[in-house]
Amino acid sequence: MTDPSPTPDSSEPTRRGVLKGGLTVAGATAAVAGALSPLKDLEGDDLPSIQKLLQKHYKEMSPEEMNEALQRIEKEVEQRTGVEVTVKDVKPQEGVEFVYALNLSRCIGCRKCVHACVAENNQSRSPEIQYIRVLELPKGTLDVEMSDHHYDREAVPDDEHFYMPVQCHQCKNPPCVKVCPVEATWQEPDGITVIDYDWCIGCRYCEAACPYWARRFNYAEPTLPPEDVNPDMAYLSNRPREKGVMEKCTFCLHRTREGRLPACLEVCPVGARKFGNVLDPESEVAQILRNKRVFILKAEVGTMPRFFYYFDERYPRTDEQVRAMEEDR
Amino acid sequence: MKEYLRFLRRCFRLSFVGDWRYLGWMTLLTVLSLLGLNAYCRQFVYGLATTGMTDQVSWGLYIANFTFLVGVAASAVMLVIPVYIYRNKELHDLVIFGELLAVASIIMCLLFVTVDLGRVDRAHHLFLRFHFPISMLTWDVVVLSGYLLLNLHICGYLIYCAYRHRKPSRIFYIPFVFLAIFWAVSIHTVTAFLYVGLGGRPFWNSAIIAPRFLASAFAGGPAVLIIALRIIDRFTEYEVPEKAIRTLRNIVTVAMIISMFLLACEVFTEFYTDSAHGASARYLFLGLHGHSGLVPWIWSAIALDLIGLGVLLLPVELSLKYLNIGCLALIVGIWIEKGMGLIIPAFIPSPLGEIVEYTPTWNEILVSLGIWAFGLLLFTIFVRISIPVLSGRLAIDRLYLRGSVAHAPWAKRLKMASKPKGEPQS
Repeated sequence: MTDPSPTPDSSEPTRRGVLKGGLTVAGATAAVAGALSPLKDLEGDDLPSIQKLLQKHYKEMSPEEMNEALQRIEKEVEQRTGVEVTVKDVKPQEGVEFVYALNLSRCIGCRKCVHACVAENNQSRSPEIQYIRVLELPKGTLDVEMSDHHYDREAVPDDEHFYMPVQCHQCKNPPCVKVCPVEATWQEPDGITVIDYDWCIGCRYCEAACPYWARRFNYAEPTLPPEDVNPDMAYLSNRPREKGVMEKCTFCLHRTREGRLPACLEVCPVGARKFGNVLDPESEVAQILRNKRVFILKAEVGTMPRFFYYFDERYPRTDEQVRAMEEDR
Repeated sequence: MKEYLRFLRRCFRLSFVGDWRYLGWMTLLTVLSLLGLNAYCRQFVYGLATTGMTDQVSWGLYIANFTFLVGVAASAVMLVIPVYIYRNKELHDLVIFGELLAVASIIMCLLFVTVDLGRVDRAHHLFLRFHFPISMLTWDVVVLSGYLLLNLHICGYLIYCAYRHRKPSRIFYIPFVFLAIFWAVSIHTVTAFLYVGLGGRPFWNSAIIAPRFLASAFAGGPAVLIIALRIIDRFTEYEVPEKAIRTLRNIVTVAMIISMFLLACEVFTEFYTDSAHGASARYLFLGLHGHSGLVPWIWSAIALDLIGLGVLLLPVELSLKYLNIGCLALIVGIWIEKGMGLIIPAFIPSPLGEIVEYTPTWNEILVSLGIWAFGLLLFTIFVRISIPVLSGRLAIDRLYLRGSVAHAPWAKRLKMASKPKGEPQS
């Protein structure tokens, strides 16, 4: 109680006070405006249109809404690239479960699949995004930590090494789908894990969750020169992506769901890649799974991939195998 | 309601009033916050390419800071437990400061997650298709926002009651206090599970991470609080009881010993087994195939942890003398250990064995600094407002900015420090 000096709460506005207040407000506004100044470099399509903002999740769109969305996307892509394109919504087929098998005895590490994939799927060219990574491994180990990702040889294959391409394994128990906070990624009935690029919020949790390093993020605005555009596009696969969203291999669903083969398989010069419907016992992949000694990468993480690797066996080892091979033939 | 708005208006005005040190500090924080905002705008325009993150190391400084701050927020509970369960009177007044710190930290956490998003313009998708309870990230959203609301309610209610000369009704805050205790443990456990649940990242996929998080949080959080309280004690009229600091020091000491023990358990498992799973740990502590970006960091963290712990374990009087330095060492040590030391190495080597190192860019550092500055700004304002209110200087019918208000009814009943320093006791 020595020095109680009550200060009036609502003081009379004095001229000096008003002036001071005005200056403070002006200064603060200028500072905030300065801080926000980089926003002036925003381009028109960086900010979402109302239509885009209101667009529903892929699974919630009615056929009409989907048509609207597809038309909007076509128009946007044409504006961005100057190329006329078609964007379809290709649905999975009944009774189909896609499986990939890759023959490590044949792969020569030429990386043709890597580039065919980029061309097919309209990935950003700068910075270039690739879905397939080819690992060069010394003979005698499958430990990926022994691998060289950036091998650069005059000629492949090198005698001391073998090559293992890795892409999305389309797991039956996909950790990436589990972790997504907004269900922007899910597994389709034919086993392909897809992303709704218009729904992804870009948290990159799926990228952290994937044990096969199969997911890619658009850290910068993707660039796609007009001459590189593949105009045959689908909503869930190869339509151009935007900055700030995830993308990944979709087993080229815009091709494979219409009976064609994935681009990476088509380009493979040595026939190391096999693809098909595992539910069809006559399919090549079903026969490979039956007869070859296939293995999956990182079986211990429990993801149950639909991507199998195998080495060629020259000779059948048991009578049953001989019989089985003859039957298949 | 009208009265409440008036209260908020007075609080707002009060946050602009203070001596030159206060105003200088606030100006500094404002400038840093604006620099951060500027850097974020740049990131918003050019994408996350303005950060040092890559497809290989897809989480960096932002998530590291987020993890540390969740710990700081969770540790507010370390003050609440002794007060309400063991009825420790010394800490009673300080609970509010702990909870205000929690509020500021949670806001920082939410900001760090927000700036990490690639498409912040789609954040509303969380409300439209919330992948709960499958995605651990949705759990984190729930527990963090819940914790924010809980603490806002508890502090806001107690402060506003003091302002209105009302006796806080126990039913309106005691149940929330107990809920907040459990909730605090949950926020940090859930945040740990965010990482632990990923089978593809062996460095995180270990059951010890959650207990380690809690132990280091309960060391780091109270250490932050000790420093905050010492600053409050020094620069405001509020006198922090010495016993409270001692209790906090005990909490930090015990938590830090447990934390170091758990770290040792982890290091032993990773190195003695010498399996392929230890690659990230080898990268962190020793370097891997000639890459050793994190090695100096982790060893300085361990050195700082040990220095801090050493100071805490000194005889009491000596320990209190150097407590600020000790706490600072611990805070920095834990920040490195839990941020850079826990988030980054999980990405190195990549799941396919590639080694890509991570260095934050200046833009990223500025955004992070900006968020820290903004959080400190909020905390300073909270303290600036709550001290006069709780000591009876600012109430519905009075506003004394200087001098003392020994007769303030609340000063006695809440056992608030009602005796500013230098005042003769009567």
